[in-house]
Amino acid sequence: MTMQQLYLVVPMVPLLASIVVGLWGGAMPRAAAHRITILAVAISFVASIFIYRDVMAGNSFNGDLYVWAMTGGVRMAIGFLIDPLTAIMLIVVTFVSLMVHVYTIGYMADDDGYARFFSYICLFTFSMLMLVMSNNFLQLFFGWEAVGLVSYLLIGFWFKRPTAIYANLKAFLANRVGDFGFILGIGLVLAYFGSMDYAEVFAKAPSIAPATVGLWGAAQWSVLTVTCICLFIGAMGKSAQVPLHVWLPDSMEGPTPISALIHAATMVTAGIFMVARMSPLFEYSDTALSMITIIGATGALFLGILGMVQTDIKRVVAYSTLSQLGYMTVALGVSAYSMGIFHLMTHAFFKALLFLGAGSVIIALHHDQDLRNMGGLRKYMPVTYWTMLVGSLALCGIPPFAGFFSKDAILEATHLSVIPGRGYAAFAVTAGVFVTAFYTFRMMFMAFHGAPRFGHAAHEHGDHDAGPPKESPWVVTVPLVLLAIPSIYTGWMYIEPMLVGDFFGKSIFVLPEHQVLAGFRAHWHGITAFMLHGVMSLPFWLALAGIASAWYLYLVNPALPARIAAMAGPLTTVLLNNYYFDRFNEWFFAGGSRRIGKLFSNVGDGKIIEGIVNGSAHLVGWWGRMLRQLQSGYVYHYAFTMIIGLFAMLTWWVIV
Amino acid sequence: MAPYLSLAIWVPILAGVAVLVLGRDRDAGTARWIALAGALAGFLVTLPLYTQFDLTTSSMQFVERSEWIPYFDIYYHLGVDGISVLLVLLNSFTTLLVVWASWESIKVRVAQYMAAFLVMSGFLNGAFIAQDAILFYVFFEAMLIPMYLIIGIWGGERRVYAAIKFFLYTLLGSLLMLVAFLYLYQKSGSFALADWYELPLSLQTQVLIFIAFFAAFAVKVPMWPVHTWLPDAHPEAPTGGSVVLAAITLKIGAYGFVRFVLPILPDASHYLSGFIITLSLIAIVYIGFVAIVQPDMKRLIAYSSISHMGFVTLGFFLFSVQGSEGALAQMLSHGFVSAAMFLWVGVLYDRMHTHLIADFGGVANTMPKFAAFVMLFSMANAGLPGTSGFVGEFLVILAAVKFNFWIGLVAAISLILGAAYTLWMYKRVLYGEVANARVAALTDLNRREFWLLATLAAAVLFMGIWPKPFIDVMHVSVVDLLAHVAKSKL
Repeated sequence: MTMQQLYLVVPMVPLLASIVVGLWGGAMPRAAAHRITILAVAISFVASIFIYRDVMAGNSFNGDLYVWAMTGGVRMAIGFLIDPLTAIMLIVVTFVSLMVHVYTIGYMADDDGYARFFSYICLFTFSMLMLVMSNNFLQLFFGWEAVGLVSYLLIGFWFKRPTAIYANLKAFLANRVGDFGFILGIGLVLAYFGSMDYAEVFAKAPSIAPATVGLWGAAQWSVLTVTCICLFIGAMGKSAQVPLHVWLPDSMEGPTPISALIHAATMVTAGIFMVARMSPLFEYSDTALSMITIIGATGALFLGILGMVQTDIKRVVAYSTLSQLGYMTVALGVSAYSMGIFHLMTHAFFKALLFLGAGSVIIALHHDQDLRNMGGLRKYMPVTYWTMLVGSLALCGIPPFAGFFSKDAILEATHLSVIPGRGYAAFAVTAGVFVTAFYTFRMMFMAFHGAPRFGHAAHEHGDHDAGPPKESPWVVTVPLVLLAIPSIYTGWMYIEPMLVGDFFGKSIFVLPEHQVLAGFRAHWHGITAFMLHGVMSLPFWLALAGIASAWYLYLVNPALPARIAAMAGPLTTVLLNNYYFDRFNEWFFAGGSRRIGKLFSNVGDGKIIEGIVNGSAHLVGWWGRMLRQLQSGYVYHYAFTMIIGLFAMLTWWVIV
Repeated sequence: MAPYLSLAIWVPILAGVAVLVLGRDRDAGTARWIALAGALAGFLVTLPLYTQFDLTTSSMQFVERSEWIPYFDIYYHLGVDGISVLLVLLNSFTTLLVVWASWESIKVRVAQYMAAFLVMSGFLNGAFIAQDAILFYVFFEAMLIPMYLIIGIWGGERRVYAAIKFFLYTLLGSLLMLVAFLYLYQKSGSFALADWYELPLSLQTQVLIFIAFFAAFAVKVPMWPVHTWLPDAHPEAPTGGSVVLAAITLKIGAYGFVRFVLPILPDASHYLSGFIITLSLIAIVYIGFVAIVQPDMKRLIAYSSISHMGFVTLGFFLFSVQGSEGALAQMLSHGFVSAAMFLWVGVLYDRMHTHLIADFGGVANTMPKFAAFVMLFSMANAGLPGTSGFVGEFLVILAAVKFNFWIGLVAAISLILGAAYTLWMYKRVLYGEVANARVAALTDLNRREFWLLATLAAAVLFMGIWPKPFIDVMHVSVVDLLAHVAKSKL
């Protein structure tokens, strides 16, 4: 098998499995549905490993599969670009997807839509793989929208629940707002570069950089700034950046496996991947980079703060995802693209782990997700507890867990950057460390430590099986363990090749004046020194302070949080209402669209246009009645209008 | 070479006559089978137009020309090029689907119903391939009659109002066109379109003729603000009527702009392009908002059609290859997607005799296969990549951004609005708990319905995944048309 055929195997085998299970899943035994899809994703994963090794050996590939359309001299094709950036994404996507597939056997065991679920997540894997393997803007957009579609289908998987079908519509529309910007960005690329192919576009970027476009009045905008901002709006939708982040917390309505796969590890990182892929364009626009930095930093801190007041275990993790996506975005904004991708990778492992762990707790408690009904689960669910602890330590950035390396590198990059907004970003990501540690361990303490509160809730729910919670079956715990391993080691293993070495090669481009990584490299004295330095600097102590505060507030003095919340009064209300984003969107966008629609429909169409039309019709009707004596039935209209026509014609003749 | 174009017109018309003569009200079965055979034959005779089509030339192919009314220089003159050939195929394909779709749902006057569609199909083909203006006019007007009957006889409660409104609206528009035809004849001494393409005309004359043509074609498309007949016609029309109306009849209007307005009046087209672009953008955005609040599924899809047709008129008046090819792709795709949308509403209507959104809820519980198809078609309606609905919108938006960033921006709003009105409808009709006892009693698709929707699903996906075969057919004709339009006639 040649490498090209292997490239084709990676996305196509999951697609095939998805189609087979999607069409005939109802007719096959339940086990067949998961065996087929798991085998397919496993094949994909193994193929990805081979591709990764091939790429590490210095090979790359850029070629088209087929021509989608030729129009106006532009070749729009479907094709693959295989380079280090793609290779690392392939590993992350197929590995997490494989873990989630196995986990689903346990999580969805009793669900009626078993085969449908496997078909969807397999389709998702295909879409995401096509997205990261693309060598052109068209296919990128294909994958971009396809992952959005599957996300929509999966958030609404339990389509009888009103909250689920509200959340999936909201998610799709918020994503579409992003795609609206994205398609304009693609349009600008095509207009100014005359190509959809990455290689051709990137090659032309330096020559387009000085070009300007007049959009409004006399002001001239840099073409690349406008293009990059449009493209980034797409990333804001997909990667849930302020203010398009609103769909992500609600997406928790979907089954937990997809929260792990789609809404933590892969789809939401598509925007991060895209900006890194487009680094040859974004590098030429300081304005766009600055905007990215500020938006990312805002999300990193302020959306993290919302995680501190959530009571639903999945929503805590969801807000933490929003905050971590902010960190990645800040890394992109300060031109530390490889750090963004590095954090994307470590985050994929530990965040998938945390979600799947939360899911394990949810199974044990018979689908109760409220942290207030948990407590003391540690001794009932040891595997879940210890693996989640690994994930939590990684998320908080405690050395030597993976998150420490990727997060500390981003913190350092904000100090090395020269981009406007870096000061704000440095503050936000540093303060964010405390916030992260606080909400993470608040969740851990509330769920696993202290006195058990779950028996009461199970009774309230009228649950017949009110026995003590049990550890989840092996199909659930094995993926947890397998995700805990990379959450421990990928940090120290990959920081040196990815950030210090030349791992990404030509797939990421940075201008000399944005060389944040050069500064990072200059300070690099090996992993031990990096860890020692980390332990002695502020962020580490902020993380410890966060953990300690959570410990004090939720284990030592559990009555205190309520008193603080009462004291903070309005602030608490603002936080509990998610800064009123949802309320505003519901009123302004959803309600506003309906009001405009009603206005146009009733007044515009109904009164004005129909008024004129029916007015003329009455006039015609009057004539019609006059002529009804001559003709009957529908024929009279025809005859009548022919007479009018003849009359008009003759009039024209006479005048002209 | 067989006279394929004549066959494309006369096979369905004669089949329609045969159904009328042979079909009896008491023996609906015979009428159905004759109609199906006729529609199939009508489809098969158009296939050679594609298989034997020469992709390298923009001149008319399969040309037939003979005298018809020599005294007025009127010829029976037929021909197809890359712009019309796919529309002919789409029309014959849709007729086949409609006959198949109406198999059980029409129970009264079956023979007449089937005959009306077959005759209609012949007339529509005639309009797409006529190369003589009077021949075009005859077909253009004649098609009103079967459609008028379809709505007026087999329609809903307000069918008479809807039918008359449809008839008058479209007829009044076309009268001005006839006047323009006669003027052009007087100037050129010919009714051949090819002669009119070369006819020099002053800008003032061009603008006047433009207005006359606009009155005829804009109503058919329909463009804002002459669109209000469509949302009234659809809810009253039977399923088949809605399918043909949306999939084919609207295309005649857009086709008129490419075949008549652009090449005969290039200077007026450039001069008034801002006007058409503005109306197109209003159609895309204004109508998108109107669609959101519609309580009736068929009205909603009707408004969605108007919004989608806005991309067609927008695409043509950007005067770029991508814009025009996007517009033509949008015409084809809208043929598939709107047909599918009205067919699935028909499936529900056959069972529950309503198309009000409020009467439904949780249909996915009782009709899972149906729900899967509707999801696919809804996504195509929202322009999701991988479906045909994406191709045209994407190309037109790209062309619009190139033309002017702000025009592209306004057009791209449809990405949001299209998803909003389509998926909100999906949510209310298919998702949720079973809303009432009638929904609980629904049965999933039968075999006929399944394969009907599956056929359209295949078309929608094929065009979305690989539109090249479609675009290659139109390419040379589009490039030549644009070259012609770029030349002034003053």
